[in-house]
Amino acid sequence: MANEILAEQISKEYEYGFVTDIESDNLPKGLNEGVIRLISNKKNEPEWMLEYRLKAYGHWLTMEEPHWAHVSYPKPDFQNIIYYSVPKQKKQLNSLDEVDPELLKTYEKLGISMEEQKRLSGVESRIAVDFVMDSVSVKTTFKETLAEKGIIFCSFGEAVQEHPELVKKYMSSVVPYTDNFYAALNSAVFTDGSFCYIPKGVRCPMELSTYFRINSAGTGQFERTLIVADEDSYVSYLEGCTAPMRDENQLHAAVVEIVAHKNAEVKYSTVQNWYPGDREGKGGIFNFVTKRGICLEDNSKISWTQVETGSAVTWKYPSVILKGDNSVGEFYSVAVTNNYQQADTGTKMMHLGKNTRSTIISKGISAGFSNNSYRGLVRISKGATNARNFSQCDSLLMGDKCGAHTYPYIEIKDKSGIVEHEATTSKIGEDQLFYCKSRGIDNEKAIGLIVNGYCKEVLNKLPMEFAVEAQKLLAVSLEGSVG
Amino acid sequence: MLSIKNLHASIGGKEILKGINLEVKAGEVHAIMGPNGSGKSTLSAVLAGREEYEVTEGEVIFNGKNLLEMSPEDRAREGVFLAFQYPVEIPGVSNVNFLKTAINEIRAYKGLEPMEAKDFLIRLKEKQKLVELDGKLTNRSVNEGFSGGEKKRNEIFQMAILEPKLAILDETDSGLDIDALRIVANGVNKLKSKENATIVITHYQRLLDYIIPDVVHILYNGKIVKSGPKELALELEEKGYDFIKEEVGA
Repeated sequence: MANEILAEQISKEYEYGFVTDIESDNLPKGLNEGVIRLISNKKNEPEWMLEYRLKAYGHWLTMEEPHWAHVSYPKPDFQNIIYYSVPKQKKQLNSLDEVDPELLKTYEKLGISMEEQKRLSGVESRIAVDFVMDSVSVKTTFKETLAEKGIIFCSFGEAVQEHPELVKKYMSSVVPYTDNFYAALNSAVFTDGSFCYIPKGVRCPMELSTYFRINSAGTGQFERTLIVADEDSYVSYLEGCTAPMRDENQLHAAVVEIVAHKNAEVKYSTVQNWYPGDREGKGGIFNFVTKRGICLEDNSKISWTQVETGSAVTWKYPSVILKGDNSVGEFYSVAVTNNYQQADTGTKMMHLGKNTRSTIISKGISAGFSNNSYRGLVRISKGATNARNFSQCDSLLMGDKCGAHTYPYIEIKDKSGIVEHEATTSKIGEDQLFYCKSRGIDNEKAIGLIVNGYCKEVLNKLPMEFAVEAQKLLAVSLEGSVG
Repeated sequence: MLSIKNLHASIGGKEILKGINLEVKAGEVHAIMGPNGSGKSTLSAVLAGREEYEVTEGEVIFNGKNLLEMSPEDRAREGVFLAFQYPVEIPGVSNVNFLKTAINEIRAYKGLEPMEAKDFLIRLKEKQKLVELDGKLTNRSVNEGFSGGEKKRNEIFQMAILEPKLAILDETDSGLDIDALRIVANGVNKLKSKENATIVITHYQRLLDYIIPDVVHILYNGKIVKSGPKELALELEEKGYDFIKEEVGA
């Protein structure tokens, strides 16, 4: 019985596995100083940026790949990756009508609205989108509307050209290139990403979002996102990602930096749905990402919410440095692994300021033969008086061939700190499933109900449109995982 | 409505039900009583379709259909309802959402459109009153943090909402104080009609003071050893289960 349902449901295909047939401009495979100079040159970068890249590359060469995560995978061959791949566009775009129809179809299939005029009707949701395909941002919407408020929202490449003073000031201030192996690699070869600056006293009137899409074969995606919220500002930022189904693994190594000034608040939400590989564990994205925010000044707040369902291997710890007094860091996460997926994800909350508070809610769900680990650090430094943390890490197991692991690290250097940690591990109960069935609800719907209930605290933190998507995604990712 | 013939069932190779025969007609209330380990809960589990139990012999016909061939969810959709002895908690899933999903699944099975939100709310309010369930409980997660009595009342509330043809109450009286017992029994009585039937499984006679059965069956060692009018329950209460043991010569 169990096996029948399993076999029937597991054949569900990854919905975003298509490839857009669009010509692209690729650099040859491989990595060396020449490639980095070429990337910088293609992007017409100022000298300081090239210098930064080369310093990062030099440092990267001295580093070793980290092995402490509870994941195993073949080491990527860094000389067998295309570091720069750009969909060809004939000229500078003035309106959506000029966009390659293949790209338009891609937006449509991915369900992204790139049309600004819809908002005039007043009913459509207002989300500004930066669309990054392979190595470049292809289109950013609502730029002008946002500019009226002084908000800068553009591709990273454009920011380097138009706002070099801001980029210079903040880039690498939260995640230095020396931080870790993949951050160093990213700093050397990053090609694009999003940049966002919210000026003093401005509450961003719409959700900002970046949609990352890997399209070309053999490429790696190395993007950088930098969000700066100046004093008394607020922004909610969304990130989505998908990739075609391919037999080989593709590398995605991103860096996201967030800076929150006095009284500023940044909400960052991710629905990560990179191609997870097939059910035998073949193919899929290696998602090695460094995300970190700093509450630079007093009363600031950074909140990470993530729903991780994709990727073959995920290695990701969105963190907050709580430097300003009374600052707040939050991490809400749902990580789902099925088949042969592996995830080692969690957060770091570094309390430096007084009266800083952090909350960690992590919900891991493992099914199939997958491995799902929570790894989190709470550090309360000396002088961070009255710092508080609350952590809750729950794991849900589906079936008996998967694994769930919890690695909490707690370092308290200040006696006034209070850290609470709760952890539970449960199996999706036969009793719960039978209870649902005895009320007329079939197996798949029952799993959807139970899992969504289990993740509710996190899903509630997502913006509305995203929450609905995430719920559906959870159901699809777990279809057929329990009989 | 329900016809059980020579039903044998086992779990882990151990035979629990050893040839049950039972006929239940629409409009009737049957009580099944018996000592611990006699097979009462096994019978309700087998009727609801729990997969751990293996039916080795016999048949169960429900409204002309072979019940044993149906999946648990299809049995529910056909109108069988089991009120659990130990209702299960489903954290994060509100009672309302749970019941709405259940109703619409049952309707879809019958080829009906999902219920209108307004109609659903009306039904919710109406049945809430019937079982005197606190309105707050309907918005809370299914059974999570409910007291024993609230859980049992919630079972009857679900039954009221889903309007089954055959309701099986598995030791619904266990763990209830006298007030809760009265409320639960009142609910069951109000839901009684000519079209539906109820099987009340209980260890004690006291529930039958409130829910008057048409027939009382005594289950012993996997078989129904005696059936009779409601007075049989009183006799059993008075003499204890030992008299049955003597009577069947065990």
